Amino acid sequence: MKLNQINLDDVVTILSVDKDASIKRRLFDLGFIPGEEVKCVLMSPAHNPVAYEINGSVIALRGVDAHHIEVAYERN
Amino acid sequence: MREIKVALVGTPNVGKSTIYNALTHNHEHTGNWSGKTVGVSKGECEYLDTLYHFYDLPGTYSLISKSREEVVATDFIVFAEFDVAVVVCDATSLNKGIGLVLQTKEICKNVVVCINLIDEAEKKGIHINYSLLEERLGCKVALVSAKNKKGLDELLMAIKTSKEQAYLDVDYGVLNETIRDITKTIQTSKYNPKWIALKILENNAYYIQQFKELGIIQKEYEVSLDYDVHLEVVLHMSKRVKDILKDVVTYDNVHYNDKMRKIDKILTSKIWGIPIMLLLLFLCFYLTIVGANYPSDLLFSFFSSLEKYIMMGLEAIHLPNILVDLLVNGVYKTLYWVVSVMLPPMLIFFPIFSFLEDLGVLPRIAFNMDHTFSKCKACGKQALTMCMGIGCNAVGVTGARIIDSKRERLIAILTNVFMPCNGKFPSLIAIITCFFVGFHHTWGSLLCALILTGFILLGIILTFLVSFVLSKTILKGEPSSFTIELPPYRMPKILDTIFYSIKNRAIFVLGRAVKVAIPAGVLIWVIANVYIHGLPILNYLINALNPVGFLLGLDGVILLALLLGFPANEIVIPILLMCYLNSSTLIDMDNLNILKDILVSNGWTIKTAICFILLFMYRFPCSTTLLTIHKETGSKFYTLLSVLIPLSMGIILCLLVNYIFL
Ligand SMILES: Nc1nc2c(ncn2[C@@H]2O[C@H](COP(=O)(O)OP(=O)(O)O)[C@@H](O)[C@H]2O)c(=O)[nH]1
Repeated sequence: MKLNQINLDDVVTILSVDKDASIKRRLFDLGFIPGEEVKCVLMSPAHNPVAYEINGSVIALRGVDAHHIEVAYERN
Repeated sequence: MREIKVALVGTPNVGKSTIYNALTHNHEHTGNWSGKTVGVSKGECEYLDTLYHFYDLPGTYSLISKSREEVVATDFIVFAEFDVAVVVCDATSLNKGIGLVLQTKEICKNVVVCINLIDEAEKKGIHINYSLLEERLGCKVALVSAKNKKGLDELLMAIKTSKEQAYLDVDYGVLNETIRDITKTIQTSKYNPKWIALKILENNAYYIQQFKELGIIQKEYEVSLDYDVHLEVVLHMSKRVKDILKDVVTYDNVHYNDKMRKIDKILTSKIWGIPIMLLLLFLCFYLTIVGANYPSDLLFSFFSSLEKYIMMGLEAIHLPNILVDLLVNGVYKTLYWVVSVMLPPMLIFFPIFSFLEDLGVLPRIAFNMDHTFSKCKACGKQALTMCMGIGCNAVGVTGARIIDSKRERLIAILTNVFMPCNGKFPSLIAIITCFFVGFHHTWGSLLCALILTGFILLGIILTFLVSFVLSKTILKGEPSSFTIELPPYRMPKILDTIFYSIKNRAIFVLGRAVKVAIPAGVLIWVIANVYIHGLPILNYLINALNPVGFLLGLDGVILLALLLGFPANEIVIPILLMCYLNSSTLIDMDNLNILKDILVSNGWTIKTAICFILLFMYRFPCSTTLLTIHKETGSKFYTLLSVLIPLSMGIILCLLVNYIFL
């Protein structure tokens, strides 16, 4: 599943980030690193971009960019 | 006296500027998004017989990437001469900060960790075991609450007593062996060979080139690994951060952000998001209009009462009459005109704007608007530069630095004029009052603010339209990305906000306006007072412009006023009156009734008023803005474009109004 497909208030774990995404480094910098937990906290009026909470900060991403991030729901 | 050079490093929004300002009293303006300080500012402070030189680096999320701010910050840390690097961290999200601390410790030997916002952490029930953290990091940790000026002395002491240590050695797992091999081939005592090896491994062309030029990298490396180097680096770094923070941070109450989220949900909701933003905009205008009126008049009568004394003084020192006339009626009059019209609205608008900025509202506006911008293949951060443009277009143009992609930055710069700046407000309001609202309306200023908001909405629509066309034509290309942090709402210190915004913004903008008002004053005086064949130059110009003026639903006088207003938008209406009344100096417009009578007797109708407002709002950037555009883009072509685009929009709109609608 991709990060842009999760619903408001869902909590997921990042599995991987597209190797070839041009924005990969920026995503890493902002904390979108495999193994991290992400929560979808806010939708903009058009539901794109969407804001995610990661490591205590809230970061907004566009759908196309969030699409580079593969996520899964917590197992427990 | 001992001197210490200190570099201030930190992620955006950690309160780095607040710390820098509190320490150095240099009072740079603090803002809420990254990239606001793109250069490095420098300030001093003295404490207990030690002189500290502070270098405030741009906020950066990491020292690994290569965006503009990051290169400036990383370059400074790697190459500049300084003694101690202070990494400012946010106590409420230590993870990010500690990552930056580790990256800094890979590059320099003397690092102090400053944990800011401890008051906020306390409120949110976040507990941090500082001594454990100090022990694990192996460097001094200072706890600060910059807003309350707490802990700053301790920070200064920590800087003073901090000692050099070995570079941090991070375990990069599968990369270790290759790193070790490359490190062996690098000889340097000034830089960390392992860090250079890492850059070679990452194939970072910029730093490889830099170190080649320094003679430290002496050969080409052919490294091909089956791993995603950057991913490995990031993963190992984040693992190290987790190890360090294990048991250091504990939370009392996991729902600490709930209240803020609720506000955010309303501010960004489908139904309320956009209307609330417009309401805010409207409120800003309303307060500016209501508040600026009276002080403006006061300033005006004060300055004009001085006029005769200055005149007498100049005559007393036997200056020739013509020079006295030029200085008083040309220069002085234009000068005080600009000041009294411009200063009061700025004194109101800039503090309100800075307050919203410090509170954290602006990133939310960008968040709400980004979808529309992405449709125009532009960046949501352009919404921020537009807001700044309402304060001053030159500020908006400079502010476009926060946009990462060059293409999108150019779009933001070229369309910034569509947001009318403060300097245009008083004239717009005068014309709106005369022709649309009337004088004795109970809700006069409210209605006025509404109509003004309407015209600004038109500007916003034009911005989208032009952005769209630009990205389909001259500035073609896919939109890059939009990432923005939405920091928690933080109540700014009101008095500080007012003080700094006036000192750093209002006075700054005013200073620039004054500089151009002086030559403008001379020019206006010359064309109104130099006669050729018995007529002032003015008349020839008006006659020449008349045909074009009529075509646009205006006349030659209006066009001339709009042209002469190039250095400062404030003097357009005074020039207009000067021409209509055949006077040789600028004419007072404090009585709007008279203003309307003069305009109407010169053939103005509602249609003229609309055309005037349109061309006044969208003609070309003022001289200061134009200079700024040239500086920021470094291109004559784009500077020219920044004139042609709004001008052609203004002309098209006028033609439309003139021939189709009315
Ligand atoms: N509560 C609290 N707010 C702070 C503190 N330090 C800074 N702030 C606020 O945080 C906001 C961002 O600060 P700023 O210095 O602009 O951050 P920068 O982006 O790192 O330069 C401002 O509104 C400050 O007033 C602090 O210690 N406590």
